[in-house]
Amino acid sequence: MGNDAVVGITIAVGGIGPAIAIGLIVAKALEAIGRNPEAAAKVQTIMILGVAFAEAIAIYSLVVALILKFV
Amino acid sequence: MSELHISISAQPIFVWGNYQVTNTMLVTVLVTLFLSLLAINAQRFLSRKHPPRWVLFLQTLVESFYEYVQSITPRHAARFFPLVATLFLFILFGNWAGLLPGAESIGLKTSHGFVPFLRGATADINTTLALAIFAVFSVQFYGYKFRGLRYFTKFFDLSNPINFFVGFLELISEFSKIMSFTFRLFGNIFAGEVLLAVIAFLVPLFASLPFLGLEIFVGLIQALVFSTLTLVFINIATAEHH
Repeated sequence: MGNDAVVGITIAVGGIGPAIAIGLIVAKALEAIGRNPEAAAKVQTIMILGVAFAEAIAIYSLVVALILKFV
Repeated sequence: MSELHISISAQPIFVWGNYQVTNTMLVTVLVTLFLSLLAINAQRFLSRKHPPRWVLFLQTLVESFYEYVQSITPRHAARFFPLVATLFLFILFGNWAGLLPGAESIGLKTSHGFVPFLRGATADINTTLALAIFAVFSVQFYGYKFRGLRYFTKFFDLSNPINFFVGFLELISEFSKIMSFTFRLFGNIFAGEVLLAVIAFLVPLFASLPFLGLEIFVGLIQALVFSTLTLVFINIATAEHH
């Protein structure tokens, strides 16, 4: 297996978890806003924070992939 | 793909004594100068009865950010706003600097390959590490300032073995905050620049326009996430426990 394949697999596998997590977070946030539209601003702030935490995991594998590719 | 070259680290553009000045340092200084001049110029007009429109526009932006800070820390908003807004503005313009026409594309051909004059300030892991250390250190500072030595009982709790272990984990989590701040910002902005370079390499004209729009949005969101997380951590650190 070449280096390019390893890089591809790194980011592909690393993206699965955060993708599911972000989907769940946004789905639940939309549910919450649907139930209580007045709390939309508050829910949005917390949602963006949660998405940022989940996304950080994908970024770790992205950084590993970029280092494998370019260093 | 032989013509596509992407450097993960910032490259030195000139040497000052023994000190290599990289392109991200240049952009950092330019962003700081730009923000300072903007603030000084706007501040001169504020005391007038009818400030010009652009000053009013800036005032609106600052006020809406203040309201956002207030929605997170209702009681200490005025205290934390300068720190958080400074982080936000610097990171925002640092992110956007890499998207300017000419950044990453105008430069010198040297023996190490192509070296651009300008590179997004936060597309360098040193800049983001410095920002992350500063942010986490200010969390500890405000924790100590508001709660005194009691703040550190979070980390060193000798009341029983379980609490001691939890305190040890809390200590590690402060260091992991630095790591995650660093890599989140660097990864997002650097990945954006790689994306733009690859798209421009594949399709030279027009194809990168929607991705430029995406990167403007990502730059804003990452600046917002960085400052919001700092504020939330400060808020947790300064809160009195039961």
